[in-house]
Amino acid sequence: MLRLPRFRYLRPKDAREAARMAADLGPRAMFVAGGTDLFPKLKRRQFEIDTLIGLDFLPRSVRNGTDECVIDAGATLAAAAHDQHLNIRCAGYAQAAGLVSSPPLRNAGTIGGNLCVDTRCNYYDMTYEWRKAAGFCIKKDGDICLVAPSSPRCWALSSSDTAPMAIALDGMVSLSGPDGERELPVAALYRDDGIQYMAKQPSEVVTALRLRATPQTRSAYVKLRRRGSIDFPIAGAAIALVLHGDVVSDCHIVLSAVASHPLEARAAEEFLKGRPLEPEAIRQAAELAAKPAKPLDNADLSHFWRKRMVRVVVEQALRQVSDQQAGLGG
Amino acid sequence: MRGEIARDVERIVLVLDVNAERRELLVPVHKTLLEVVREDMQLTGTKHGCELGECGTCTVLVDGKPQLSCLLLPIQLQGRSITTIEGMATGSELHPLQTAFGELGAAQCGYCTPGILLAAKALLDDNPKPSRDEIREALAGNLCRCTGYVKILDAIQLAAERSA
Amino acid sequence: MKVVGKALPKVDAVAKVTGRAVYADDMLLPRTLHCKILRSPHPHARILSIDTSAARRIPGVLAVITGADLPIKFGILPVTQDERALEHQKVRYVGDPIAAVAATEEEIAAAACDAISVEYEVLESVMSIDAALEPAKDERIQEYGGPNNVHKFVALEFGDVDGGFERAKTTREDVFFFQGNTHLPMEQHSAVATYVDGKVTLWSSTQVVHYVHRALAKVLELPMHRIRVIGAAHGGGFGGKTDPFAHEIIVCKLAMLTGRPVKCTLTREEVFYAHRGRHPVLMWVRSGVDGEGRITAMHFRSALDGGAYGSYGVASTFYTGALQTVTYDIPAYRFEGCRVFTNKPPCGPKRGHGTPQPRFALELHLEKIAHDIGLDPVELKRRNFVQPNTRTVNWLRITSCGLEECTRKVIDASRFHERRRGGGHGMGFAISSYLSGAGTAIYWNDMPHSEVQIKVDRGGVTAFCGAMDIGQGSDSVLATIVAEELGLQPSDVRLVTADTDTTPIDLGSYSSRVTFMAGNAALEAARKMRAMLVEAVEAGGHRYDDVTFEEASVLAEARFGTLTSAGSYTPPRIAGPYKGSGVGPSPAYSYSACVVDLDADARTGLIKVNKVWIAHDVGRAINPLLVEGQVEGSVYMGLGEALMEEQAFRKGLHKWPSMLEYKSPTFLDMPEVETFIVETIDPEGPYGAKEAGQGPLLPVPPALCSAVYDALGVWIDEIPVTPEKVIEALRRKDKGEPARYGPPRFPAIPYPPTIKVEPPPKNLDGHVADQEGTR
Repeated sequence: MLRLPRFRYLRPKDAREAARMAADLGPRAMFVAGGTDLFPKLKRRQFEIDTLIGLDFLPRSVRNGTDECVIDAGATLAAAAHDQHLNIRCAGYAQAAGLVSSPPLRNAGTIGGNLCVDTRCNYYDMTYEWRKAAGFCIKKDGDICLVAPSSPRCWALSSSDTAPMAIALDGMVSLSGPDGERELPVAALYRDDGIQYMAKQPSEVVTALRLRATPQTRSAYVKLRRRGSIDFPIAGAAIALVLHGDVVSDCHIVLSAVASHPLEARAAEEFLKGRPLEPEAIRQAAELAAKPAKPLDNADLSHFWRKRMVRVVVEQALRQVSDQQAGLGG
Repeated sequence: MRGEIARDVERIVLVLDVNAERRELLVPVHKTLLEVVREDMQLTGTKHGCELGECGTCTVLVDGKPQLSCLLLPIQLQGRSITTIEGMATGSELHPLQTAFGELGAAQCGYCTPGILLAAKALLDDNPKPSRDEIREALAGNLCRCTGYVKILDAIQLAAERSA
Repeated sequence: MKVVGKALPKVDAVAKVTGRAVYADDMLLPRTLHCKILRSPHPHARILSIDTSAARRIPGVLAVITGADLPIKFGILPVTQDERALEHQKVRYVGDPIAAVAATEEEIAAAACDAISVEYEVLESVMSIDAALEPAKDERIQEYGGPNNVHKFVALEFGDVDGGFERAKTTREDVFFFQGNTHLPMEQHSAVATYVDGKVTLWSSTQVVHYVHRALAKVLELPMHRIRVIGAAHGGGFGGKTDPFAHEIIVCKLAMLTGRPVKCTLTREEVFYAHRGRHPVLMWVRSGVDGEGRITAMHFRSALDGGAYGSYGVASTFYTGALQTVTYDIPAYRFEGCRVFTNKPPCGPKRGHGTPQPRFALELHLEKIAHDIGLDPVELKRRNFVQPNTRTVNWLRITSCGLEECTRKVIDASRFHERRRGGGHGMGFAISSYLSGAGTAIYWNDMPHSEVQIKVDRGGVTAFCGAMDIGQGSDSVLATIVAEELGLQPSDVRLVTADTDTTPIDLGSYSSRVTFMAGNAALEAARKMRAMLVEAVEAGGHRYDDVTFEEASVLAEARFGTLTSAGSYTPPRIAGPYKGSGVGPSPAYSYSACVVDLDADARTGLIKVNKVWIAHDVGRAINPLLVEGQVEGSVYMGLGEALMEEQAFRKGLHKWPSMLEYKSPTFLDMPEVETFIVETIDPEGPYGAKEAGQGPLLPVPPALCSAVYDALGVWIDEIPVTPEKVIEALRRKDKGEPARYGPPRFPAIPYPPTIKVEPPPKNLDGHVADQEGTR
């Protein structure tokens, strides 16, 4: 049986205390909420720690306002996926939460955890023994990237389903640090680096996510994976847009699992703005969206095929929103 | 990895409601619920297939909801209610799902069966008349290599019909 | 019949639905030590030194052993005793066991393994069939076998092959590749050993308690009577637990050294290294057909990527050429097979052992011939179907055969000939056959293959048999047969099975042998018991059916004393008169036919299987519920292999030894299955029964590929059929290249000259072969 390493467990009473503990203890301490990303990585010795700081104090509610939905970071993915109001106002987000891994995992995994989910690579998400046999990689214990050995950086993939959708919905994330709180656009939470993939301080705790949810906003998330369940995304498209009549007035397209961060497809967004959401426009927008995606050979199936599929998932997501009634989530 | 075991083991007093019995144990904080249930409570009906949250075999119910016991830390569950396969029958009377699984041959090697039965129980508790597709969705985290899932679907539907 | 043929629950159903069944890892014996195994990080290396001193110093470590402690080699086949429980001279794949630790806690054992220092001299690794056919750069992987890294050659020829090709109106050649895949049982292998009073007891998750028993005796240098092997409740095998394994030997040795129970449960990653799964096989086939589409000759070549050790590989090699003739009447047949060693976990038997690969090639090859000559593929295959009570050109004896009825069932139910085509929708058809047990034992001997004892005392019945229930329901089959004969219910029969101390021999749960062989042994024992009971009852002036079983047993016990009976089964000696004829003969063959309905997306290459119809000739369904379960499970596994399962390697390592990345279908990936049980009442099976556990897997991959062709007009000549392969085939089609994805060529292999074998005389078994036109 694969087992966890030995550690001690701290139980702060609130986010501020948790952040202070993390700041004091440094990299040998990590936060744990649902643990669904953390525990496998501890068992595989991808993370090495002495201390876990429990985020069990995090509230778990979903609050729906007229123009926004606020989800506590401790809410489970299942709770978000099943929340009725969220399914209407932020349909794409509920969809994305409901497509993470598998049903029993979603009953533990939290929405805060999914925003922070570690980048993935099939040279990295392996046991200690396998990584030792393969030669350790730059992300953990080694000094080269095994996917792109000539590159100085790590190319592990952002594999969150909910982060792209949160960005598409103009999400703001609340952070609690040792010295205070701040709010950050979700888009600013990430960096284009497989190792330092988060822009927040390691000691900052994600406490809540605020999503734009005007009645005019339509959103959808399409996830590509080999099987109907369990698998991480190998490509994904998160779309949020507003139509004035037939014409797109606002539009966000964010891709998952094609870069080390959720990839915003700006050119496609600009292209769609001011155009009617018709099949030809959808096709061209999908083409533009796929351009910046550069999958590498570090996830399931070939990167050529995954690249080709980016267009398809964007099109599918755009068609979904096109078929939806505004604010009713299809 | 080397030297890891030189660290002291932190132990906690764990209080859980397990199959409607209050259990108090002293356990290492770094043991998962799967390990505690099997090794410290000797409830070996809960199986394991990967210990990484990838197969669903170790599914137990936490406050009635299916969760992967290989990815649960008992200290985070203090005071909560856990149901394992041993708690599914009432005395010597099988749960209707257990009866249906037996009758329809939904358990072959039987190794994924405890996890699947518990996930199915949670589903029926929540949705007494699920469609075949709803069953598929609810059980999509539980792998089985023997049955091709057909008889499992049949048995869950049969149990649901009988309970209606 | 009262219980045979009834859909009754399995006898172990309650134990399994309540969590009471005790699997090996569930055993919690007092003072148990936990074992971890240090494995090779190199695919091919010489071991220069092993330093275990640091590991031994860790508190809680009670024993550390290396290959020097277990130097005797073992292996499942007598001809390939090439494995060591721990290797101290040379490692041959990433995952090869080197040292083992017993410690008070599993985490301590793991840390101790990490503290062992091993010095290696890394050797060039061989990771493909092509590379294995070349001279070794450093040194060959195994010291024995053919040239370079060839393990085994087979070259056989039956009948006038060249003449057959000359007679042909049309000939065709194709090349196919069947990727390797693994069993992925939900239960990770686990074994627990004790050593008490000079005697070893091992509980293991194994399909073959008897062969494990033999291997332990050899390696531990103990007489067999001082070793007891017990099959624990079994969490899935599919052929993956049919070899004796290193960890089984290691826990025994550690128990002997420490005097305490020792348990070893493999991690999921280690299960991928234990493997013994489906061989990757490259195949070339050439056939000739006459103007009516009847096969005139066939030439089949296979190249198996065997991994680092022999395992069942010699048998696997023969199996890639053996059963082509059991479904189609091939009048002249040449087979050339070759297995090579590579630096990968050893391949062995997985569900269908060595036959799903050639079945895949054969079915698609015949589809293509049918398209070439403008004949409906179903019709072409039908014209070539074998007839019951015939001998094949390679001497295989066919008795009952439901091929025609199976075909009719699935073709009619699926409305195959009225199918909607186009828009990416397609349907495909294939057939297959499999053994009901191998006709010869793994090691040569004249003893029965299965034995059953029955004890009756004052109303109670106990049946004893070495057979191992691996979830397929062999215990239920035994209980049903005994119950049927004695007029009881299966639940009235107590069973003692798979325990080398208390049960008579059964060779194990492999080659689909248990229902046929243990079933026949049980039938004989039960009939003898019934005869005693009947005699005693009738001596008292009653009829057996008029008294209770308890009354009958009291009368019989009073009359005869202790009531025991025994039965055994030895397969008929039907192998042909040539070397290598031992692989292929079976007392009966099952038959299957299958139709797959799918939608394939030309833009993405993604395939959605809508439905599978499958008919299986099981001879007689002793329990139709269990037969359906085996058939549905086979369809599932066949679809997994056809669409996603793949034992792939990169940089000398298994690419994805995890349940997440080795894709096995979930609830959401499995279509509905409509199963038809066809009963042909085999003359030698118990109540006419044949196998059900393996054969129905075989037609699924080729039926899927022919459905993809039906849908998109491209042939995918290798599995798994991943979307990228479909896209590539469509791209080639658009460019006017051959509309196919698959291996471009078959390598030049220096097969030896074929051994020429005369076909059997027409009425060898006393049957007059069915005349043409009488079906």
